[in-house]
Amino acid sequence: MKIMVAVKRVIDYAVKIRVKSDKTGVEMNNIKMSMNPFCEIALEEALRIKESGLASEVIAVSMGSNQCVDTLRTGLAMGADRAIHVDTTSTLYPLSVAKILKALIDIEKPGLLILGKQAIDDDCNQTGQMVAGLLKWPQGTFASKVVVDKEKQVARVDREVDGGLETLCLDLPAVITTDLRLNQPRYATLPNIMKAKSKVIKKVTPAELNVEIKSDLELVQVTEPPKRKGGVIVSSVDELINKLKNEAHVI
Amino acid sequence: MEKWRRTSQHLLRYSSGNYLRLGKYPNFNDPIPNSSSGFIRICEKCSSTKIRPSIEHQKNVQICLNSLRGYIGNFQLSIHRNVDNQSYKMQHRNFGSTTKLIQRNPSFATVSAEDIKHFKEILGEKSVIEDEDRLSIANVDWMNKYKGSSKLLLQPRSSDEVSRILKYCNSRRLAVVPQGGNTGLVGGSVPVFDEVIINLGSMNSIISFDEVSGILVCEAGCILENLDSFLANKGFIMPLDLGAKGSCQIGGNVSTNAGGLRFVRYGSLHGNILGLEAVLANGTVLDMLSTLCKDNTGYDLKQLFIGSEGSLGIVTKVSILTPPKLSSTNLAFLACNDYISCQKLLLEAKRKLGEVLSAFEFLDNQSMDMVLTHLEGVRNPIPPSEYNFYVLIETTGSDESYDREKLEAFLLSSMEGGLISDGVVAQDMNQASSFWRIREGITEAVMKAGAVYKYDLSLPVEKMYQIVEEMRLRLGPAAKVLGYGHLGDANLHLNISTSQYDDNVFAQIEPFVYEWTSGNRGSISAEHGLGLMKANEIHYSKSSETVQLMASIKKLFDSNGILNPYKVLPQSLLP
Repeated sequence: MKIMVAVKRVIDYAVKIRVKSDKTGVEMNNIKMSMNPFCEIALEEALRIKESGLASEVIAVSMGSNQCVDTLRTGLAMGADRAIHVDTTSTLYPLSVAKILKALIDIEKPGLLILGKQAIDDDCNQTGQMVAGLLKWPQGTFASKVVVDKEKQVARVDREVDGGLETLCLDLPAVITTDLRLNQPRYATLPNIMKAKSKVIKKVTPAELNVEIKSDLELVQVTEPPKRKGGVIVSSVDELINKLKNEAHVI
Repeated sequence: MEKWRRTSQHLLRYSSGNYLRLGKYPNFNDPIPNSSSGFIRICEKCSSTKIRPSIEHQKNVQICLNSLRGYIGNFQLSIHRNVDNQSYKMQHRNFGSTTKLIQRNPSFATVSAEDIKHFKEILGEKSVIEDEDRLSIANVDWMNKYKGSSKLLLQPRSSDEVSRILKYCNSRRLAVVPQGGNTGLVGGSVPVFDEVIINLGSMNSIISFDEVSGILVCEAGCILENLDSFLANKGFIMPLDLGAKGSCQIGGNVSTNAGGLRFVRYGSLHGNILGLEAVLANGTVLDMLSTLCKDNTGYDLKQLFIGSEGSLGIVTKVSILTPPKLSSTNLAFLACNDYISCQKLLLEAKRKLGEVLSAFEFLDNQSMDMVLTHLEGVRNPIPPSEYNFYVLIETTGSDESYDREKLEAFLLSSMEGGLISDGVVAQDMNQASSFWRIREGITEAVMKAGAVYKYDLSLPVEKMYQIVEEMRLRLGPAAKVLGYGHLGDANLHLNISTSQYDDNVFAQIEPFVYEWTSGNRGSISAEHGLGLMKANEIHYSKSSETVQLMASIKKLFDSNGILNPYKVLPQSLLP
């Protein structure tokens, strides 16, 4: 069984985000980019399934500009066997990504597609669900535990829901999206970085996959959250009550 | 998501800094239940029962040495002064350098109601602090190791106010201790007896910044981290970075010539400080606030104030040359089998990473063990094997992929050459933070482990680790001996950890460690300073002629000796 993992290149989550002054988006120049943390968790899970002998190959997929290759190299250094780079400079929205993933799955035929539950840049949380719909595969979203049963060809997925855990049993092939507590991703060790250098990154374009990239969405503007106002020290209880009543309107 | 982003960053990157910051608040015992809480409470208890100066005409001074957990009350040095006959009764358990009999200099006056009235005229009511709670914080250093009993804290807001305070104190022979963020490690920033504390924290404005040359001029009380964030917005960084950056102030950094993590790249403050303004003991304001990179006119007097720990004057303003912030940082965490490999790796790194190398730090297996045992959420990046040494190499440059390729090529060739046994390269900032957490967390971990004897030595690189090995042989299984530090600057932090303080262990360490360092022409204080802890040990690193000249300079600058007394130089040489 092959496992396909989608990895997205995003602004490193430790970077302080700055909105462009013309409100068309966020500042991307000279900004540290890294693999989306949830995608790292997805890749780690795929590698663990492979290491326990339940999968034969892990394929990492990333979409976007040429620099996505850096993110794929990270994936290969973590232990993915090979990678596919879908080369495009167009803005990609979840539906386009889902269509591209479906096209790749039709070619590669993996038994499992694992994705992060969402990317930390656009916070869409849609791609996994959409691609499961397009493929008509069962889906286990927000997985906090994954157990694959090779003989029965099923995957058991624990999900953290309000008030407890929900356990699903999915027939393979299936789509799984990963939550924060699923695992702790490994570091890229020097020997693995060395090995990654000889691994193959295949380049394809959306056109070659017969996917047309378009969007029905229009980005109106991006704005910063309002700045927090400084606090004031009140001198008496009466003043506090007055402020809570007439300024904060909470009592 | 944003919340997660911030929380984890906070936890990982700034946890050590935060730890220091907590130490500044009155209730700081609570967030660090296992470190120092036990002792400080006892300490306060004894002082509150003993100190009733106004009623009983008795003054009690305590120097709490290494007041860590398990240390409770073992080494108190209390001096009871009877006001009537000026005699001192000393009670102490011998604990090496600091317990050498320190007597309050009888030529110093004590603060009178008249003095307080005068200070209030200069500063206004609010900046003259006699409140016990606030004084109790300012009287103790952040490790709760040194404790004074000052009754007065002054918070000037301008150089003129500092000048007027000092002029008055000098005429009255009132001793003063200049204080910044109070994050020092050698007792330099807290009073020993009843010195007036002059805290520069209110002088915290940025005066100017030149966006072309990167020259920053600011007041001494600016907090290092605030300056760094101010500069980050302009595309620059401070040339120094410390674990204590959230609390420490630039005036204190300059006065102690703080080193830190960027030293290997940007060098000492002796090079980065372009000018400063300092106030002498007699109130003279010395304007040396040059913003020139090159200035060969006469003696470079500002250098005397860099690293003299407030003993020659109070630094009130500084002008600093700040380097541009570079966009790409890479970090590798590596394992080496022996110390020879670490040294060879350093040489190779200087050769092959030259212009991008920004940190070269090392820690031994014992330090790693300490961190893994005592800090939560830290994992060994290179499991499962154990290695004898770990090295962190950071590069900072302007081109992400070029720098990364360069670093990887260097690492792979070093691995093939057998210098590195294994290693990992951080793939994002979170991973980089968790690697730094190991190196920066040693101080915190070792404090949680019990008692600690800390030494900060400069030694020839090839001999640097020898002292750690010899110390291990000397102390046997009774103590854990850790070696870590700034290998790139040949600066070793030798920490000896025991479950509780023990006179016998201490006698085995000192003066051996100083003699050994001196015998190898090292420095007994690489970056922490001498402060109170090592004032009497200066001769291990400096010749008697040199120390004599230092004493003459001190007399010239501060004839009454009111500035930060009992510190830096041996008492015996001063009036």
